[in-house]
Amino acid sequence: MLTCQQASQLISQSLDHPLSWYELMQLRLHLMMCGACNRFRKQLNVLLVGLRKIRTNIENDSAIQLPLDAKTRIVEKLKSNQHSQ
Amino acid sequence: MSNNVNDWLNDHGDYLYRFALARLKDTHQAEDAVQETMLAAIKNNSFEGDSSIRTWLTGILKHKIIDMQRKLIREQPVSDIIDLDASNESMDDFFDKTGHWLDKPQFFDMPDHALEQSQFLSVLDACMQKLPKKLKAIFMLRDVHEMENENICKELDITPTNAWVMLYRARMGLRKCLEMNWVKG
Ligand SMILES: [Zn+2]
Repeated sequence: MLTCQQASQLISQSLDHPLSWYELMQLRLHLMMCGACNRFRKQLNVLLVGLRKIRTNIENDSAIQLPLDAKTRIVEKLKSNQHSQ
Repeated sequence: MSNNVNDWLNDHGDYLYRFALARLKDTHQAEDAVQETMLAAIKNNSFEGDSSIRTWLTGILKHKIIDMQRKLIREQPVSDIIDLDASNESMDDFFDKTGHWLDKPQFFDMPDHALEQSQFLSVLDACMQKLPKKLKAIFMLRDVHEMENENICKELDITPTNAWVMLYRARMGLRKCLEMNWVKG
């Protein structure tokens, strides 16, 4: 029988690679009986959805632009780099 | 050639910057990543006509982002920042000695309402910024950049066990931070 600690570790690992058949069975059994670990799994899903939403919000926000001073710096850097070649 | 690069910077600089910022969460690092991308683009002009310039530049940028996270993680050996024995009780403070939750996870969900949702996301964002640097770096690669776990281990030269322990710690910390700052009593 898995402890909640072991179950939470498997839940996290299942996001990164497929669990073995045995791990999966053990985890399912635990989740059938444990509300806390079910909530934990739900929390991780919400986390991931939220993180990707933050990412796409930034990617699509046309108000976020490469700062002008950075742009100038990059152009200078490119110029000096070409001269040195 | 140099005109090309200036055009690239004008046409795609903002896009590349946003792409980098979304994954590095640091304006200076994002600016550096764009600069490195442009330098690599002129140095090693491998552009083939079969993809768009933007796709090509984004491909270079992806590598630069991984390079930067790798540097961050390598500043200190992984073994110094995590307890390698995952079963060790000292690994985290979330469970008692028998493996039961010390505090049962609380329910939270992403709000549908736009204003509430943006508040939720800014709490999540603030929580992520609070992660220890190295945990944040690997976590960003996996859960934000959505890089394959296998590639993360290869690129960062860490074992799968190290990877999952770090990701587990980052996720545990984040969801706890959300409980404390979003779920109100
Ligand atoms: Zn449980």
